[in-house]
Amino acid sequence: MEFTDWIADARNVVFLVIAVAMIGSAVMVVTSRNVIHAALMLVVALAGAAALFLMLGAEFVAWTVVLVYIGAVIVLFLFGIMITRAPTKTDSVRLDHKRRWPAAIVALGTFATMATVTTMAFEDIPMPDGVSRTGDLGDVLFSRFVIPFEVVSFVLLAALIGGIVLARKDQES
Amino acid sequence: MIVNQFLVLAALLFSIGIYGVLVRRNAVLVLLSIELMLTAVNINLVAFGQYVQDALLSGQVFALFVITVAAAEVGIGLAIVVLIFRNRSSANVDELDLLKW
Repeated sequence: MEFTDWIADARNVVFLVIAVAMIGSAVMVVTSRNVIHAALMLVVALAGAAALFLMLGAEFVAWTVVLVYIGAVIVLFLFGIMITRAPTKTDSVRLDHKRRWPAAIVALGTFATMATVTTMAFEDIPMPDGVSRTGDLGDVLFSRFVIPFEVVSFVLLAALIGGIVLARKDQES
Repeated sequence: MIVNQFLVLAALLFSIGIYGVLVRRNAVLVLLSIELMLTAVNINLVAFGQYVQDALLSGQVFALFVITVAAAEVGIGLAIVVLIFRNRSSANVDELDLLKW
């Protein structure tokens, strides 16, 4: 498919804007000299992911990303940055390793491999339309996937207890 | 919309996350990069779920599970980072060599 044909669809223009914003903020997350900026740039990347989920008709997943990731996980990260006193000013402590090019080669190789394979497998197959309603997701989550759902809730409980046990101060005895 | 555009974007985000995991020294920033990689995986799951038009919505259900496990992982990971910082007064991953001999 030619790029002009692809961009003629208005949804692809929206996709391109979201994708450019996501990639730019993701690059900022891994290169920023300021830890707080890196955490806040992750908000932009996750909001872009939520917008992509809306484009794919997955409304419940999109709002779960907004609630759980942007609402809770980023706040947790900001607390972690605050507690560990990571350098919020530039260049007091180096945030990166000195040698960046091996990591860049690994990342580029991974991207080249995955992009080549998916392009070979799914050349121009169109994405089907359709919106999956939250009610349908709830039905399937509490019928077919109820056992994994309970297991995941148990994982959350274990993580909650583990976080409390790890982070509290030992009592002097 | 074609299927491949979502997959290539997810691959790019995953690669950026790999770069961040490899190049960052601060443990909190490594966890941030891992979140980036998990987001890329979620995009793949939802895109494939929409592609196969699954009646059971498995892609979205497993994306929800990944989000839940990622939240648990961040909670535990940050607790460990706080604990290490309290003991070693540093959260840099290349200074943690207790298990190295």
